[in-house]
Amino acid sequence: MPETSLSALAAQLAARQISSRELAQAYLDRIAALNPAINAFITVDAEKTLLEAAAADALIAAGQAGPLTGVPIAHKDIFCTDGWLTTCGSKMLHNFVAPYDAHVIRRFKAAGMPSLGKTNMDEFAMGSSNETSYFGAVKNPWNPAYVPGGSSGGAAACVAARMAPAATGTDTGGSIRQPAALCGITGLKPTYGLVSRFGMIAFASSLDQAGPMAPSAEDCALLLNVMTGFDPNDSTSLAREKEDYTRDLDKPLAGLRVGLPREFFAEGLNSEVAAAVQAAVAELKKLGATPVDISLANSRLAIPVYYVLAPAEASSNLSRFDGVRYGYRAPEYGNLDDMYSKTRAQGFGAEVKRRILIGAYVLSHGYYDAYYLQAQKIRRLIADDFSEAFKVCDVILGPTAPGTAFKLGEKSGDPVEMYLNDLYTIPANLAGLPGMSLPCGFDAQGLPIGLQLVGNYFSEAKMLNVAHQYQRATDWHARAPEGLK
Amino acid sequence: MKWETVIGLEVHTQLATRSKIFSGSSTAFGAAPNTQASAVDIALPGVLPVLNRGAVECAIKFGLAIGATLNRVNVFDRKSYFYPDLPKGYQISQLAKPIVEGGALNIVVGDTERTIRLTRAHMEEDAGKSLHEDFHGMTGIDLNRAGTPLLEIVSEPEMRSSAEAVAYARALHTLVTWIGICDGNMQEGSFRVDANVSVRPVGQVELGTRREIKNLNSFRFLQQAIDYEVRWQIETLEDGGRIEQATVLFDPDRGETRMMRSKEEAHDYRYFPDPDLLPVKLDEDWIEAVRATLPELPVAMQARFQQDYGVSAYDAAVLTGSRALADYFETAAQACSQGKLAANWVMGELSAALNKAELDIASSPVSAAQLGTLIARIQDGTLSGKLAKQVFEGLWEGAGEVDAIIEARGLKQMSDAGELEKIVDAVLAANPKSVEEFRAGKDKAFNALVGQVMKASRGKANPAQVNELLKARLQ
Amino acid sequence: MSLDSDDVKRIARLARIETSDAEAQATQAQLNSIFDLIAAMQAVDTRDVSPMAHAQEVYQRLRDDVVTETDRHAAFQAIAPAVANGLYLVPKVIE
Repeated sequence: MPETSLSALAAQLAARQISSRELAQAYLDRIAALNPAINAFITVDAEKTLLEAAAADALIAAGQAGPLTGVPIAHKDIFCTDGWLTTCGSKMLHNFVAPYDAHVIRRFKAAGMPSLGKTNMDEFAMGSSNETSYFGAVKNPWNPAYVPGGSSGGAAACVAARMAPAATGTDTGGSIRQPAALCGITGLKPTYGLVSRFGMIAFASSLDQAGPMAPSAEDCALLLNVMTGFDPNDSTSLAREKEDYTRDLDKPLAGLRVGLPREFFAEGLNSEVAAAVQAAVAELKKLGATPVDISLANSRLAIPVYYVLAPAEASSNLSRFDGVRYGYRAPEYGNLDDMYSKTRAQGFGAEVKRRILIGAYVLSHGYYDAYYLQAQKIRRLIADDFSEAFKVCDVILGPTAPGTAFKLGEKSGDPVEMYLNDLYTIPANLAGLPGMSLPCGFDAQGLPIGLQLVGNYFSEAKMLNVAHQYQRATDWHARAPEGLK
Repeated sequence: MKWETVIGLEVHTQLATRSKIFSGSSTAFGAAPNTQASAVDIALPGVLPVLNRGAVECAIKFGLAIGATLNRVNVFDRKSYFYPDLPKGYQISQLAKPIVEGGALNIVVGDTERTIRLTRAHMEEDAGKSLHEDFHGMTGIDLNRAGTPLLEIVSEPEMRSSAEAVAYARALHTLVTWIGICDGNMQEGSFRVDANVSVRPVGQVELGTRREIKNLNSFRFLQQAIDYEVRWQIETLEDGGRIEQATVLFDPDRGETRMMRSKEEAHDYRYFPDPDLLPVKLDEDWIEAVRATLPELPVAMQARFQQDYGVSAYDAAVLTGSRALADYFETAAQACSQGKLAANWVMGELSAALNKAELDIASSPVSAAQLGTLIARIQDGTLSGKLAKQVFEGLWEGAGEVDAIIEARGLKQMSDAGELEKIVDAVLAANPKSVEEFRAGKDKAFNALVGQVMKASRGKANPAQVNELLKARLQ
Repeated sequence: MSLDSDDVKRIARLARIETSDAEAQATQAQLNSIFDLIAAMQAVDTRDVSPMAHAQEVYQRLRDDVVTETDRHAAFQAIAPAVANGLYLVPKVIE
């Protein structure tokens, strides 16, 4: 498989050097060869993929191709896809063939991009290691003894292993950025409301946002052009002018003010990660940027706030999984309540059940003010910190995760230890701000290190500009794991 | 001990929108099961709600009609509980910031007029239906109704008898149908009443413990259920028992309420603001535009009927029992310029005939214009009241227009004095005994003579004229 | 703040998740460690702070009152656990 960017693939397709079918087949072959070891895909359906590729070839032949027509992409199994098994990584939906397309899927179909399949994920996007999937853990392509991160672990792993040129992900507390960091790829969570949530199985509605995952920032910009846009079916979708996210990629960085939040470089950060991130800051300085010391004082409360708000919304969002209209139903039960309780006890995994219980508790009678309301107020304080920070800087920079990939099973027994992995990514979700992760080095064991950028609302083009300039000066993003042939 | 009854009502009105509150499914009643349940209505994974403007406008109309406060920013919350007719496991409703707060409604019970204050009215979605016919020992779920927009209207606990509660429910029913936000069809569940009932010793300030009677779908059941419940509560207290807060159901066959769940079993609904929906903003221009679409309201119309047509307060209240009835009356009254007479006919002959035929005013075989013409013919002396009733029967049967019926059936009142004199003389000659008795002081005999004259004229003689002539002859 | 095993049973019942006594005990320990993490939030003075429910300060968009959906019950019920006569079937509901 050649190292090719989305723009290069698109150019080859346009020049008829390769057909979409040939390209799709090449990736399907690679998936067939590598997926048994990596487990990045839950569903692959070559026949469907090739049909879509053939349709893309027809568009190209008819001169009706868009910028990415014919380029295949893998979709996180959280997006409902008409006629495809859509499991959300859960036994609860192990048999759910979606009868409609998510808005994001519709956009990629309209762009003529064939689907390579549905990628593995933490169950209902709850996890930071991809170990909570009912369909088994995903392995990190850089070292299969390690986790790929989560919840979009299958997406990150399939891109890192070059089983797909790009993938969609979703990010509620870091689920695009953290696996992107752990797998050495680029991933972007847009401003809340830019990408429609319609058809994306909800985890925490006020935080969930879909975004692109690919080797480079330029790839992500092209994908973002496809994904974003107003959708009347999502009340939280923002009606804004369509942007071209590639427009500022080549701008020089002279005069750029890069905010470095003190709190993101404090206790708890792995020293190798800290060093790689500092090296990236030095690189940006060479490109003309100025570092600015900033404080996000309330971000230390992001994890407590998140573990009230996200489970509260999740406990409610997951109430629809009751064994009545679709999905899993317990094989044996007595009365109605017994059917509900057994279906949900058997259909959900341990982490999902834990979060449902936390959510039910913080919303229950007598606890609402102390937990839910208090969390919403601190959420405001966290967002206010960012507004203050953006008065003195253009983009905020820090580590994506406190460390590199950890071993499978290393943290799965301790939920709190696992939750701390999202320390730096959660604040952007709470504020609704765009965030991205890009590779900035490797640790001593050869595992990738991720650099996080957080921008102001709707500043995706600026962030992609910074990331692209950094990637022109470095080659971390171009490296792929060896030994996967 | 003397007891006082305290009643507050919660009424669920289905809003008369074409589509559901959060989806584009039809709200039409009676479709085959689940054929009007879209992806959003059955809560497929990933679907999202988008609010129907029409439902909000219905709520605005109601708020304006009862003089309530419209919350310029109102918020939807999720109310969580598991039930198979509730596909999401939560109902989208409004708790902390409902669209309507306050307002009042006037009711009339007997001769007394009272004002009942409202607490609030909020928008929410209806649930589906559970069908308990036996499907291999299972219950069937139809989600066609799921997502139908509701306005839940909550009163203050200000009613003191079942009669007041019924009067309030009727006034509310009139209002919501009047302003066109609800079709009012109680059999189809468009207007459902929950009654919170408690009793307390007369003079006691604090309220007694209440029990909530759920889902009453007729005014008669509302009355029966409250009457039973009040009796039961008083008996329980007088026997030294205590009332436990509870939700009860009314069994119309046995005329009793029975326990559904106690307070201990009460749900913990875990309300929180729905993150899929944003706060709803009502701007002034929108409110004013909606206000402009409101018809004249019953209270204003009652005052105008008294003023313009000289009808009594009671009659005005009856005539504004529905917008169709009020429109009918006004058309008839204007056609004959006889408000009081028109009121008597509408409330008398017409209502009786409609009741007997089990028809409502909208499907009356006699049009308002026809009734107006009929009354005009009484007024100009063409018809006596008795003849008019015969013409009315003709109209009811569809025998044609008023004048054509009078002509065809020869019902014109006799106006030729000479002809009438001849008949009177003939009657006097044929009934010497009655003449004698009258002269001996028996007033009854006079009435017998009047009857004979009317009979001889085949009802067409003018009764006043007959009286006059007879008296003149017998003096 | 600490949950006992009765609390766990109560919320598991609210959430309709069958939980044995043994499971409740194991869950209790995990939930308490999570609530210890959450407790950091309680010390913050938020008296004058308005709660933030949404990332953007925007109001609800409204849909015109038109019917846009068609009957898809056959497709929807093809993936249902139990149906008959167009109805979803559940264990007998007693009211």
